[in-house]
Amino acid sequence: MIETIRSLGRWGLDIFERLGRGYLFLMQILAGIPSLLFRGSLVIQQLYSVGVLSFALILVSGLFVGMVLGLQGYNTLVDFGAEESLGVLVSLSLVRELGPVVSALLFAGRAGSALTAEIGLMKSTEQLSGMEMMAVDPIKRVISPRFLAGFISMPLLAAVFSAVGIFGGFLVGHGLLGVDDGAFWSQMQVKTDWYDDVLNGVIKSIVFGFVVTWIALFEGYDAIPTSEGVGRATTRTVVHSAFAILGLDFVLTALMFGD
Amino acid sequence: MPLIKIRDLHFYRGDKAIFEGVNIDIHRGKITAIMGPSGTGKTTLLRLIGGQLRPDKGTIEVDGQDVHKLSHTELYELRKRMGMLFQSGALLTDINVFENVAFPIREHTQLPESMIRDLVLMKLQAVGLRNARNLMPSELSGGMARRVALARAMMLDPMMIMYDEPFTGQDPISMGTLVNLIHRMNDAMNLTSIIVSHDVIETAEISDFIYLLSGGKVIEQGSSVQLKQSSSHWVQQFMQGLPDGPVPFHYPGVSLADDLLSPEDLS
Repeated sequence: MIETIRSLGRWGLDIFERLGRGYLFLMQILAGIPSLLFRGSLVIQQLYSVGVLSFALILVSGLFVGMVLGLQGYNTLVDFGAEESLGVLVSLSLVRELGPVVSALLFAGRAGSALTAEIGLMKSTEQLSGMEMMAVDPIKRVISPRFLAGFISMPLLAAVFSAVGIFGGFLVGHGLLGVDDGAFWSQMQVKTDWYDDVLNGVIKSIVFGFVVTWIALFEGYDAIPTSEGVGRATTRTVVHSAFAILGLDFVLTALMFGD
Repeated sequence: MPLIKIRDLHFYRGDKAIFEGVNIDIHRGKITAIMGPSGTGKTTLLRLIGGQLRPDKGTIEVDGQDVHKLSHTELYELRKRMGMLFQSGALLTDINVFENVAFPIREHTQLPESMIRDLVLMKLQAVGLRNARNLMPSELSGGMARRVALARAMMLDPMMIMYDEPFTGQDPISMGTLVNLIHRMNDAMNLTSIIVSHDVIETAEISDFIYLLSGGKVIEQGSSVQLKQSSSHWVQQFMQGLPDGPVPFHYPGVSLADDLLSPEDLS
């Protein structure tokens, strides 16, 4: 009995200790960002590996999600003779929810896991230690540029996801099912609000980008430097990111659309 | 005055004591070896000297500065004058040999590209790998990776170099090359070298002074000749690589007879 309480206590302490370390790590990352103003090339390299290399996945996934939305939405709306509102359904679903959330989940799987594995392996092969001994701060040189790249890439990828998704919905709705294209676009334009819908979706994607990149980098930096440790850290990145995205999505949605 | 002065060093990992009251002096211009069995904390000692770990008690002074009382900026300034050669080489895997060697100078100076090229080629020439400059780290053998790392550690012309197990896992030719390089570099550049190793023959060959560590303490110190003549059985066992002696061949515990007759394994 005592042992159970004790292990529960240890477990709780471990969680708080990790949270504390993660917070301090974030502060170090943020402190390293100003120095990147003079070293834009470091961020550009990372924008390529974090953002551009995730582009194809986001593009294809966005297109299919939009096409499925078009199909499902049409089947429901047509019963009420409201199939011309398909554009509104597709755009609001994507811009408010699916765009930021699904692209963040994909981003965590594609770019987040890669970041964790890369940093974890750099740690286990003593590359980070080696940098420290060469008087190069690995947080400033390696971590902060990756953080900034993730933070910048995520909203852009979410925007691409939503745009391609809407196009996918249009392809199915108009091309396959014969919804009037004028009605599709005009209703979408009338009903999709710039501030309430688009901007709120962008804010969500910014928050998700921040959190996913932070989790991924922290898991890599904090990984036990063995192959098993790095493997576990990579798994944790994907699992924790998914929880964080979905949990935060609820909180943000409640704050934005809760009234 | 010694370059590095370690006094009353205590360091613990959890409840396990790694060092308990270690005193070491590393003299300028000399090659000093820190030897001891695996797991005695030799690498930990280098990390303590480099300020990557903090001691629980005691002080480490490098060139008159207490490493663990320095600010972040001061510590990084000091590290520019300390080279370290990791066991794995710790080369950056995403850039080639040339860029690896150029890395510290690109990070810390604004020298023109032509000058960086000359400096890198000179360092690579010294370790015999000038023509391997376009290879990636994954294309190098273990010995070559360590030589590249050595060239990189020399790049900022440090006052000292710390070698972490430089000879482990090397074939006889690479081993000979590394022994020769470390010796030559130390004399030619008036460096201070610290070699952490358990390769007794190679290390003793080039060291001016040797510390033997075990159980968190300095067991013996002196030149290789003095150590070979030591009256301590432990030192003799270590220096000659005898399989049994004060450090037993068998992991301590129950005797074989008791173990075979114990009922716990029968179930």
